[in-house]
Amino acid sequence: MTTTQPAAKRGFLQRIDRERLILGLAAPVLAVVISVLICSVLLLTSGKNPIDAFHIMTNYASASDGQVSILNKATTYYLAGVAVAFGFRMNLFNIGADGQYRLAALFAAYVGGVVNLPSFIEIPLLLIVAMLVGGLWAAIAGILKVTRGVSEVISTIMLNAITTGVIGVLLVPGIFAPGNAGGVSNSVQTKLMAPSSDFFSITTQGGSLYGFIIIAVIVGVAFQLVLSRTRFGFDLRATGRSESAAGASGVNVKRMVLTSMCVSGALAGLIGMPDLLTNSHYFGQNFQPGLGFTGIAIALLGRNTPIGIGFAALLWAFLDATAVMLPLQGNFPPEIVNVMQGTIVICVVVAYELVRRYGLKRQQQKVGAQLAAQAASAEKKEVAA
Amino acid sequence: MRRTVKLAAVVLSGSLGIASLAACGAKSTDTTSAGSSGGSGIKVGMAYDVGGRGDQGFNDSAAAGLDKAKTDFGIQTTEAEAKTGEADSDKQTRLETLVTAGYNPIIAVGFVYQAAVEKVAKEHPNTKFAIIDSDSPTQPSNVTSLEFTEQQSSYLAGIAAASKTKTKHVGFIGGVQSELIKKFEAGYRAGVASVDSSISVDVTYLTTPPDFSGFSDPAKGKEAAQGQLDKNDDVIYAAAGASGTGAIQAVASKPGAWVIGVDTDQAKQPALAKYQGSILTSALKNVNTAVYAYIQSVKNNAPLTGVQRFDLKSGGVGLATTGGHIDDLKAKLDAATQQITSGAITVPTAPTGG
Repeated sequence: MTTTQPAAKRGFLQRIDRERLILGLAAPVLAVVISVLICSVLLLTSGKNPIDAFHIMTNYASASDGQVSILNKATTYYLAGVAVAFGFRMNLFNIGADGQYRLAALFAAYVGGVVNLPSFIEIPLLLIVAMLVGGLWAAIAGILKVTRGVSEVISTIMLNAITTGVIGVLLVPGIFAPGNAGGVSNSVQTKLMAPSSDFFSITTQGGSLYGFIIIAVIVGVAFQLVLSRTRFGFDLRATGRSESAAGASGVNVKRMVLTSMCVSGALAGLIGMPDLLTNSHYFGQNFQPGLGFTGIAIALLGRNTPIGIGFAALLWAFLDATAVMLPLQGNFPPEIVNVMQGTIVICVVVAYELVRRYGLKRQQQKVGAQLAAQAASAEKKEVAA
Repeated sequence: MRRTVKLAAVVLSGSLGIASLAACGAKSTDTTSAGSSGGSGIKVGMAYDVGGRGDQGFNDSAAAGLDKAKTDFGIQTTEAEAKTGEADSDKQTRLETLVTAGYNPIIAVGFVYQAAVEKVAKEHPNTKFAIIDSDSPTQPSNVTSLEFTEQQSSYLAGIAAASKTKTKHVGFIGGVQSELIKKFEAGYRAGVASVDSSISVDVTYLTTPPDFSGFSDPAKGKEAAQGQLDKNDDVIYAAAGASGTGAIQAVASKPGAWVIGVDTDQAKQPALAKYQGSILTSALKNVNTAVYAYIQSVKNNAPLTGVQRFDLKSGGVGLATTGGHIDDLKAKLDAATQQITSGAITVPTAPTGG
C-alpha cells in the first residue's frame, strides 16, 4: 500500500504487483505448512495418525454448524486483531487489550443489567459504554507514556494484572453481582442484561450467526479508511515509521500517542461484545479471558492490514473451533491446536523476515540488471559513435 | 474515494458471501446416527474442566467414578476436557456434539459448565445432564446437580486440627476466594471453635476470582504455608487443589507440623506418599461416588433429579484415615459425625469472619 505507483491509469489487475502479492502470501502459507508438519510429527511420535486429525478438522469446517462457529469466533478475533493492530501501526504496543476488553465487558454487562431502554438506544449505549471504558483504561497507559515516558508495554501488562484485581473486587455479590438469590452456583455473575440489549443474530441451518459480524466488517472498513484517507491516518503511519521525522514535519507526537492508545483501547472494548450481546448476556467468572493476546497473534499474522487480519482471524477461528471436535471424534488431544497456533506465530515472524530479505535481494538483482543493461547499451552507443 | 467505496463493497459482499455459505451445506452431525441409545448399553458422555483426566484431583476423581461404572455396568463412554481460556460457546459445542452423537446421560464436571449445560439442556429435553458442584434456580428439569457438603468434612478437619495443635494457632489455605472454598473455611472454623474457641485460625487465600490460578500453582501454596508456619501455626488445612501439594511440601519440612489434604486421600497419592508422615488426614470429597451413583440411577431407570447433596451420611464427604494419625481422635470425630448426621449440629456454609 505504500508503493509509489505511477499515477497513470492502468487496469486493476495490472496495478497489482504480482511478485509482491506472491511474496506477501508466501510467508503465511510457509508458516502454516511448517506448523502442520511439526504437528504431524508430534502426532506420529505419540502413535496417532495426523491425517485423521486434519480430516476431523476439515470435516467440521465444511459442515454448516462448524462454519457458523468459525465465523462467530472470527468476529471476536477480528475485533481483537484490529484493536491491537491500530496501535501497532504507529509502533505502539498495546499489550493491554486483554485487560481493556474484560473491564469494558464487565461495565457494559452491569449497565445492561441496570438500564432497560428500547433496543435502538440500549445497544448503542452499551457499545459506547464498552468503548469508553476500554478507551479510558488504555488512556492510563497513554498518559503515563506521554507525561512520564513509561513504556506502554510495561504499563499495559501491569494494567492487565490490575484489571484482574479490579474485576475481583467489583464482581462480588452486592456490588456488580446481585446478592446470592437461590442456588449455590459457585459462579458469581452480573445480573442478566435487559432483553432489549440482545443484538440480532442470523438464523442459519448451522445455528445462529452473530449479527455482530457486520459491526466487525464496518470496523475493518473504517480502520482502512482512517489509515489511508485521513490526515490522522497519515500522521499515525508517519509517526509509526519515524517519530522524530513526524515531529519535525509538524505532527504532535504526544497527542498522537494518547489518541491512538485511546482508540486502540476503545476498539478493544468491543472485543467482548459479540459474546455478551448475543450469547451470554451476563459477565461471569467464566468470561473468556486471553482474547487480547489472541489479538496480538492475529494482528501479527495479518500484517496489521484489515484484510490480512480478516484472514488471520478466520484461520485462528478455524483452528480453535475445530479443536473442540478432536477429542470427541478421534480421541486426539485438542492441545495440538495450541501447538499449531504457537508454531504459526513463530514461523510467520521468521518467514516474513526470510521473504523480506529474499524480496530485497530480488529487487537489488533487478535494479542491478537494469543498470547493467543501461550501461551496456550506453557503451554500445559510445562504440558506435 | 470511489476506490474505497469499491473496497468496502467487496469486503461487505465477501463477508456476506461466506455467511450465506454457512447457511447451506449439511450439519456436521447429520451423518452420525443420533439417539440410538436403545437396549441395555447406555452411553455416558463426560465433559471435564481444565486439567481433565490426570489432574490428581477433582477431574481425576470424577474419572475414577466413570471407570468404576464402566467396569460394573459395561457402559460406553466418551470424554473431553476444556481448554484453558476457551469461550463458553466451545463448552456448548462440546455438549451439543455429545448430545447429537447419542450420549445420554452427559456429565459436566465443574461449575464452569453451568451456563452451557442450561442452554444445551433446554434445547434437548430428552437428554439427561448432570453437573457437579453447581446449580441454578433456572436450570431445566433434565439437569441434575451433584453437590457436596464440604463444610461437614471441613468441620471434622477442624476438630482434628484443634485437637492436634500445640501452639493454639492453626491455618487455612484456600485456593481461590470463591463461594465454594468459603464453604471449606466456614466448616473448618466452626470445627476448630467447637473444640476450643480460643484457638486462632489464620486464613490465606491464594487468589481471588476471576484469577483461578490459585488452584494450580504449588509455588503459591508453598509460600502461603511457609508464611503460616512462620506465624507459629502448626496445623494447616490446604483446600487449594493442585496448589495444596506445595503447602504439603512446606509443612513436611517442619517437624511437628501437620497438614490436612483435600478432595482425595492425598497421603495415598504417589507423588505425595513421601510426605505421608506429615499428612494428618484429608477432607474427602468423593466426586467418584457421586458420578457412580448418578450413572447407576440412570442405568436403573430411576435417575436422580434436582439438586442431590452428597453428605457425611451418604459417604459423599468424610475424613481419610491413612497413616493412622487421627486414630486417637476416633471417638471425638465419631461423636461429631453422629451429631452432624442426626442434625444436632448444622455446620455453617459461610465464614463468619474473625
